[in-house]
Amino acid sequence: MKARGKFLVGSGIIVVTLASLAYVGFTQSKTYYHTISELSALQGGALRQRMRVSGNVRTGTIERLVGSVNFVLEEQGKALNVSYIGRDPLPDTFKDGAQALVEGRLSSDGHFIAEQVQAKCASKYEANPGEAPAVARPAQSSSLTRVPAGGRQS
Amino acid sequence: MDIFGSFALILALLVAVYAFVAGIVGILTRRPLLTRSAANAGMAVFLLVTLAVASLEYFFFTDNFSMAYVAAHSNRALPAFYKFAALWAGQEGSLLFWSWLLSIYVFFTLLVNRNKHPELMPYAGVVMAGVQIFFLVLNNFVASPFNVLASPDAAGAWRLTAIGDGHGLNPLLQYPEMVIHPPMLYLGYTGFTIPFAFALAALLGRYPGEKWIHITRRWTMIAWCFQSIGILLGAHWAYAVLGWGGYWAWDPVENASLVPWITGTAFLHSVMMQEKRGMLKVWNVWLVFTTFMLCILGTLLTRSGVVSSVHAFAQSSIGNWFVGFLALTFVVCFWAYWMNRDYLRSDNQLDSLVSRESSFLFNNLVLLAGCFAVLWGTLFPVISEWVSGSKISVGPPFFNKVNVPIALFLLFLTGVGPLLAWRKTSLDALKRNFAWPLAGGVLTGVVAAIFGFREIYSLICLILSVFVTLTIVAEFYRGARVIAARDGTNLLAAMGELTMRNTRRYGGYIVHFAIVLIFIGIAGSAFNQDIQKEMGVGDTISIGRYSILCQNFDRVANNNFESERATLEIFRDGRSVMMLYPERRFFLASQVTETMVAVQSTPRHDLYVVYAGRSPETGRPVIHAYLNPLVKWIWFGGIVLVLGTGLAMLPNRRAALVLRPAPKKSWGEAPSGASPVGVVARASDAHD
Repeated sequence: MKARGKFLVGSGIIVVTLASLAYVGFTQSKTYYHTISELSALQGGALRQRMRVSGNVRTGTIERLVGSVNFVLEEQGKALNVSYIGRDPLPDTFKDGAQALVEGRLSSDGHFIAEQVQAKCASKYEANPGEAPAVARPAQSSSLTRVPAGGRQS
Repeated sequence: MDIFGSFALILALLVAVYAFVAGIVGILTRRPLLTRSAANAGMAVFLLVTLAVASLEYFFFTDNFSMAYVAAHSNRALPAFYKFAALWAGQEGSLLFWSWLLSIYVFFTLLVNRNKHPELMPYAGVVMAGVQIFFLVLNNFVASPFNVLASPDAAGAWRLTAIGDGHGLNPLLQYPEMVIHPPMLYLGYTGFTIPFAFALAALLGRYPGEKWIHITRRWTMIAWCFQSIGILLGAHWAYAVLGWGGYWAWDPVENASLVPWITGTAFLHSVMMQEKRGMLKVWNVWLVFTTFMLCILGTLLTRSGVVSSVHAFAQSSIGNWFVGFLALTFVVCFWAYWMNRDYLRSDNQLDSLVSRESSFLFNNLVLLAGCFAVLWGTLFPVISEWVSGSKISVGPPFFNKVNVPIALFLLFLTGVGPLLAWRKTSLDALKRNFAWPLAGGVLTGVVAAIFGFREIYSLICLILSVFVTLTIVAEFYRGARVIAARDGTNLLAAMGELTMRNTRRYGGYIVHFAIVLIFIGIAGSAFNQDIQKEMGVGDTISIGRYSILCQNFDRVANNNFESERATLEIFRDGRSVMMLYPERRFFLASQVTETMVAVQSTPRHDLYVVYAGRSPETGRPVIHAYLNPLVKWIWFGGIVLVLGTGLAMLPNRRAALVLRPAPKKSWGEAPSGASPVGVVARASDAHD
């Protein structure tokens, strides 16, 4: 029974260490999903969290400036001004009317500062109603193009 | 022909149902004929599903665009190679493909064991048929690949229609690896059904002894090997195609393929505890059950869009079927366990903390902790939405923080575990086995630190890698020296002989070495560099020892895609070494743009160059260059892993057959293997 006791103590140490590492990793990387309408209701610390917001790019609002690309996301009548400051080129799917998912933080004036933009266009892969029954997304694919901002990832 | 395929599928379902019902009745009434008939039915399912697959492939190759699935995933200009692979490009086809691979496994399991284990096989047959029924129901009624396109005519009646050309295969899939990656991964996923069937069968039939463990271990190794290949090919595909410079992003679908691999790995280790010491019986049964359920969960994650991912984008109701099947599986497993839990009583207790047993226990503990962490992180958006109402996702820092220490601890155990004795290891044995490898590892670490190698995890990884490699080399050397001294052969031949006499043990060491190689490759990522710049003709960027000169931009077109291409001259230390041609391809059928990465790979590092697109401000081309050290070691490690696993599956060679040259085979003479000559000493299994 002695060996068993030692084993349990060892296991306990390992589990506690891993759990604390997990907690640290979690607080560093958690990202909240919000809808545009939810943003206005956020208060205090919740405003400074890292978050993801999705919506459609309002037609005619894409402005390409030096150092940023500005556009307006809209969803259910609510709008959000976004500045993309990442240095990677935007995906080709990012166009007027495209569905976009932006990740970043809210600035104090309510502007959304996006570090990453993913965009999905109405791809030919989507089934047209009445055509193919539920043609699903292929296993390893997307028209959701990844734009990892900030370079190094592994 | 669509009728033909559908008919084959419905027949396959009926035959599987027969195999299931007749199997149960055969067990209950103890009628051998009925049991035999059920097994034959199980094998017939393979034939029928094969016909369905052949029928669907026929539509692809004949460009039959009245078939919904073909129209959605192929087009006329698609190369034949990819028309074949389009079978698994979408949901319906990949589920059919899944059923087919499963039926292949079931066929061979039934074939290999048809006259063996009469108390175990009927149960296993029933379990396998049960799993097949589930997938065939999906194939027939939920996601049929044989739906046709139809539109209403003037009178309102539905008429078969065809479109002129299909929508084309998703460009991301038009890459040679995508032709082999999904089949490998699916062979892994489906392969775990066989160990599952044997575990459940042994439990239900209260099959005496540990015999089922031996059968299961080999099938687990097959599935595990395919799963490993599938995961690595997937990583390589992500690296070579997605163009973001990395190979693993902790994407939900990547994670989904990793978790059953982890539990499968845990099982392959803990199974030895049961074989040698009669311990961990409950644990092992549940590991097999869990692995199977994680495979189903993996399919659920890929297919249902429960968590968003690059892979899984569809919001599809098929998820409910998988949730239902998962719940049913769990209930059946738990019931089987509860009814037969006395059958799983352990024979022994842990004797010492410094023993083989405890190294296996720690191995299993951290593997399962890693599995849990990956699963938790993957499902966190779903869990947090249930619990708190807000959807929270976690990113790579979470996964890396937990899994890097786990991986390093496992690497440590890889070196230590195999050399510890069962029950208790003496201090002397510890010194004898570990003094030199440990000294070698630490020395390497010190030297590396002096030369400015300061990334702590990578440094630990380096020390442990050297340590583990030295323990493995020492093991081969010690064994081979004995054989060489006795037989007078040279050391290298003696190593081969040693390996073949105990394939399981030495094959296992080779797999461990492969893991070391893979870990070294991963540790290299701490030193990745990258640079991105707008480039015109004549511009240069520098990264590490390389500088990249932009020579030209041009356009290439064929009837599948149009591409923009950069011609780059690469200089290393000022000398011109090669040309690289990163591209962006615009696929005509699907109207999608993809990057084609140009990689110059050496064992030391990969120069990885991406044509990233055009600058939003100036419209000029942007080139993104990465210098990723040691990546090639990962792929090389993968090859070694497959070789090692293959070796471990071979039967042990008998000593006598090797020591003497085999007599020449001629007509009328018995084959050499049938007449053992000399002393036949079986290599001892006692050490593995």
